[in-house]
Amino acid sequence: MHNEFKVVEGDFANAGKASSDIKKTLKQLNIDNQKIKKIVVAVYEAEVNAIAHAYGGTIFVDLDQEKIAVVIKDVGPGIPDLDKAMTKGFSTASAKVREMGFGAGMGLPNIKNNVDVLEIKTEVGVGTEIKMVVNFLS
Amino acid sequence: MKISEIAKILDAQILVSNSNIDSRIKYGFASDLMSDVLTLDEEEIILITGLCNIQTIRTAEMANINCLLIVRNKQASEEMIELAIENDMIILQCEYSLFRTVGILYENGLRPVY
Repeated sequence: MHNEFKVVEGDFANAGKASSDIKKTLKQLNIDNQKIKKIVVAVYEAEVNAIAHAYGGTIFVDLDQEKIAVVIKDVGPGIPDLDKAMTKGFSTASAKVREMGFGAGMGLPNIKNNVDVLEIKTEVGVGTEIKMVVNFLS
Repeated sequence: MKISEIAKILDAQILVSNSNIDSRIKYGFASDLMSDVLTLDEEEIILITGLCNIQTIRTAEMANINCLLIVRNKQASEEMIELAIENDMIILQCEYSLFRTVGILYENGLRPVY
C-alpha cells in the first residue's frame, strides 16, 4: 500500500493529518497498538519538524504485512549540523513553533526512540530526507 | 480516580464527553510541551495543560490519551472540539492555574506517571 501527503511550510493547522491518517489505516488493519503508537509519534514529530523548518515537502508512506516505512522529503534548507540536531534540548525553532507546544529540541531524539530504522540524509541548500521504519513482526 | 470526580473537585466544565465520564484515570501528567507528552508509554492518564490549540488534541491522539484537562480558563476552539469528538476524547476545562490544579489532584490521590 502506498500513500503520499504534501507538507506545506508553516501550515501548523494541518500538522498531524498524515500521522492521523496513518493511525486510522493501521487500526483498520489490526496492527498492534504499541507499534501504531511508535510510528505515529515519530511521523507526527517529523511532520511538525518539516512544517516548522522546511520550505515544504512530501511524505511517502509504504506499508506491507511486515513493516511500515515513511519517508519525509523536503526541499530545504537542510540541517547544517545533524549531530547537534539529534541532541536532546538543541533547537532552532521559532517562537511560533514554541507556541504550538514544540521546539524544545526533543523532536529528532523522540523519532529515534520510536523507530526500528532511522536514516537521515541532509544537505544545506538542497533539503532533508528522513526515512523511518517500524517492523510489525519484531 | 473517576473523570467525573476530577471534574467535580476542580469545578471543571466538561466540554466534550463522548467517552464514559465515569471511566477511571490512573495517572496525571502536566505539560505544555507536547514533545514531552509524546515520550510517555503510559496511556491511562489525564493530560493537564495550559496549551490550548489544535496540536494539543493531535498530540493526545498520537499518544493514545483520551482525557484532557485545560487549565487557566483557556477556551478550546471549535476545531479542537470537533477533533476531540472525532477521536472519542473527553475535554475538561477549569479556571485554576496549572500548579493549583495539579496540587488538588495529587492531594486527592491522583498519581504521577514518574
